[in-house]
Amino acid sequence: MFEALFGRLTWDSIILVQEFEDPNLNTFITAGAAAMLPVGGALVVALLFWMKWWKPLFEWLTSVDHKKIGTMYIIFAVIMLFRGVVEGILMRVNQAVGLNGGFLSSDHFNQLFTTHGTNMIFFVAMPFLIGLINIVVPLQIGARDVAFPKLNQISLGLTAVGGFLIMISLLVGEFSTGGWTGYPSFTGRLINPGVGPDYYILSIGIAGLGSTLTGVNFAVTIYKMRTAGMSFMRMPLFTWTALCTSILLIFAMPPLTACCLMLGLDRYLGFHFFTNDMGGNLMNYINLFWMFGHPEVYILILPAFGVMSEIAATFSGKRLYGYVGLVAATMCIAVLSFMVWLHHFFTMGQSTTVNAAFGIATLLIAIPTGVKIYDWLATLWGGRVRFTTPMLYLCGFFVLFAIGGLSGVILANPTLDYQLHNSLFLVAHFHNVIIPGTLFGVLAGIYYWFPKIYGFRLLDGYSRITAFLWAFGFILAFLPLYQVGMMGMTRRTVAYENPALVPWMVVSGIGALFLGLAFTFVLLTLWRSVVNRKKLMVPFGDPWDGRTLEWWTPAPTPEWNFAVLPKVDGRDAFTEAKAKGTAYQPIEKYEDIEMPANTYYGLIIAALGSGLGFGLVWYMWWLAIICFLGCIVTVITYAFLPERKKIISAAEVREIDEAWRRAARESRGVTRDDECNEANQGLARPDIITNP
Amino acid sequence: MTDPPLTLAIAESFLQPMGPVAAEQLRHLKLVTLLTMIAVVPVLVATPWILWRYRRSKPTGKYRPNWESNRVLESLMWGVPILVVTLMGVSLWNMTFRLDPYKELGKDPLQIHVIGLDWKWIFIYPDEGVALVDELVVPEGRAVELTLTTDTVMQSLRISAIVGQIYAMPAMTTKLNFLAARQGEATGMNTQFTGNGFWKQKFQVFSVSQEEYEARMKKAQASDLALTADTYALLAVQGTAEEAKKSLHIKDRKGPIEMVLGDSKIFQRVLARYMVEDMTPESQPGSPSYDPAKSPLPAAPEKPMMDMKM
Repeated sequence: MFEALFGRLTWDSIILVQEFEDPNLNTFITAGAAAMLPVGGALVVALLFWMKWWKPLFEWLTSVDHKKIGTMYIIFAVIMLFRGVVEGILMRVNQAVGLNGGFLSSDHFNQLFTTHGTNMIFFVAMPFLIGLINIVVPLQIGARDVAFPKLNQISLGLTAVGGFLIMISLLVGEFSTGGWTGYPSFTGRLINPGVGPDYYILSIGIAGLGSTLTGVNFAVTIYKMRTAGMSFMRMPLFTWTALCTSILLIFAMPPLTACCLMLGLDRYLGFHFFTNDMGGNLMNYINLFWMFGHPEVYILILPAFGVMSEIAATFSGKRLYGYVGLVAATMCIAVLSFMVWLHHFFTMGQSTTVNAAFGIATLLIAIPTGVKIYDWLATLWGGRVRFTTPMLYLCGFFVLFAIGGLSGVILANPTLDYQLHNSLFLVAHFHNVIIPGTLFGVLAGIYYWFPKIYGFRLLDGYSRITAFLWAFGFILAFLPLYQVGMMGMTRRTVAYENPALVPWMVVSGIGALFLGLAFTFVLLTLWRSVVNRKKLMVPFGDPWDGRTLEWWTPAPTPEWNFAVLPKVDGRDAFTEAKAKGTAYQPIEKYEDIEMPANTYYGLIIAALGSGLGFGLVWYMWWLAIICFLGCIVTVITYAFLPERKKIISAAEVREIDEAWRRAARESRGVTRDDECNEANQGLARPDIITNP
Repeated sequence: MTDPPLTLAIAESFLQPMGPVAAEQLRHLKLVTLLTMIAVVPVLVATPWILWRYRRSKPTGKYRPNWESNRVLESLMWGVPILVVTLMGVSLWNMTFRLDPYKELGKDPLQIHVIGLDWKWIFIYPDEGVALVDELVVPEGRAVELTLTTDTVMQSLRISAIVGQIYAMPAMTTKLNFLAARQGEATGMNTQFTGNGFWKQKFQVFSVSQEEYEARMKKAQASDLALTADTYALLAVQGTAEEAKKSLHIKDRKGPIEMVLGDSKIFQRVLARYMVEDMTPESQPGSPSYDPAKSPLPAAPEKPMMDMKM
């Protein structure tokens, strides 16, 4: 009876119980982490009661507004980033004292690097970027929402299911120890019969479905929902990178879904896709995984490149240099990204010709990437560069990403990969592109677009300190790993025996602490900015003298984005309108706006998906079956329900929009001298430019 | 390239190369780094310079808000990386073929069969009738060919100071050819994560004179231990070589485990097991329920097993 109800879930599976049964430092750390879930959950619920936030919470959770969905993606990513950073610090500090064994047990360490990788890739980097794309793309192309708002909500729901599973594994059972790539046969049924790999395949498998749907949604949005006059070659660069990312998501996520499904069949039903015996072959998994995994790298980096493009133009007060070149380079990268996956396993024993061909294909990607960096530098050339926070991130990116590119080119050589594969050199390389690339891009983008959506700027001083801390922490934490990697240290080692490595690992450990401090400053910046938001308001909506359409709305942007959809006849439409003085002229005719109404669709799918995942992990078949059938019934039911819309009357739109335009015409605005102080109300005055 | 002076007693990595492969890898690393610098240095130099020249507070360059294209600059931006990548591509192609791990480095290389287990390596010298655990002894200056497989999850064998790594996978073989140019000691290891004992899965590589090599083989041939299906099953239990000594009842013996090759087909039998058997949790080494008594090896196949080489 108990087994039928709870499957293989027993009292001992609960981590907090293990702490009582076997108290030591490792169980203390895991129990501490596990305790944060119920304690944190209870605090959140208490806060919701105390502040009477239940209603607004459900207002948000059921919203189909792309800005709210984007925000929820980013909040989710920040929560997961907290976990990822703590795990990273634990690992680096453990290795700093890890000569012949640190303070972590091997099993604990193995779970840490697996969850750290899985978490950071799937539940931090991707939600961050998808969140930004959600918030920005409809505004940049002059649309009111995405093509499929409800689908958007479902994507978020499915991502949340993955996050739920990886989080609940802290409390109940354990996560996989097979690394974020989860290679069988290590993760196969025979070697690893526990729940860990099941948590792994279900969390990334279900979240992966959500990402595929996001890809479809944004590809259609960008193809079909552009405003009048917004031809492809007038789209802002961020939208271009979002389009390429969407295409990559559509083609790259299905191999991941397939290999999760196949590994699942191996584990649950005794199939032999990737087993050692009966004709199974683990090489097929590795192939499939990297067919997803390599384009994934560019899913992570392209939107960040897009942010960098926007920042370079805006904060140097100048047109983007080489727009056509940048678009071409982005597309080149997107296409080439599907042709290089084999460089993740040069050492698998395939023929030399194959290795050499894929090595050269990998080198080719360096060409468009190099061109992009040169284009951004040329954008600054002849401009008037303002050293705002996003510009600091851009500068850090130029220098540090160049080093990451260098190590990437080194690893592209099969000859050298035979030495450096699986070493900490590789770990240094991908942190070197993901932190100065993706993370810097995301943080710069959040600082840049934050006032647009929430109506106030982030505090400047705190943001600058944060940027410096990230860069400093990164340099200390990861550049030493290049050296230890060349000295022969492999990744994923809980301990090591070579005393020559110690000084490097100590520096790296200290760097990790700085990265922790940097994350604390992210939260601090947010908190101090919310407290001081009255002084930071930018109601006119254009705090940075922006160039593209998203700045042509008040801040916070109303639910319908644009009172009247703008018409564009150039690349930097808003800059041109401001130059001509037509940006805030009155509009004669307003019309009723139809917006999709709130729905519980995504929430229901998220709840059922979580039940399905949890039920499958613990062999609680009744739960899995009920939730699976529930999902199908929900989808069919919603397909037959009539579409609900809410109408915003022309009169209401007119009132809000006219007030904004009138105030903008009557105010003076500020020059860029006052960009980062309280005088900045979000209205840009033509800048005073001195020519030497 | 001359050998650099020996800084460490044991060569840990290709920064102290002990053989031609590692030495060429180090040379190639330097070449690639230099070539890439052609594209990277301009960025490192231009970034601070441009930022300084065009800083808004006190610019020294002219403001050109609408400047967005320049043919000469554009062709340089694409041309320089294309040139660098072309040069690098040629050298990549050549080096990949020159240092192909499947390419023999001399006539009649010394054949050694390697079985990866959790968390140890068995080195089988079929011609000498000897097997060593976690110790690889090779004569200085002689070409060596390792043929690898594993009897658990995927592993990757690397002797950084001499040669790079190659994956070893169950039911399949891969090859790694190398040559130790001088005498000395190097560390070899598994670089592919395989579980709790992974970080301990290291072995010593000794490059010795021909006489020393022969003496070492003689000593092993005199061992009272034999590598048979039974002792093999005990070795396959998860644990380091030191831990395996307990189950082999040689707990107090110093030095690596050395064995006579009791069954000359053992390597083929390990390979064959995944072709003919439906593995169970008890018979699969590396599984938590692995039981040496319930893990028999099948007979060696009549014909040699399929080689993995494509």
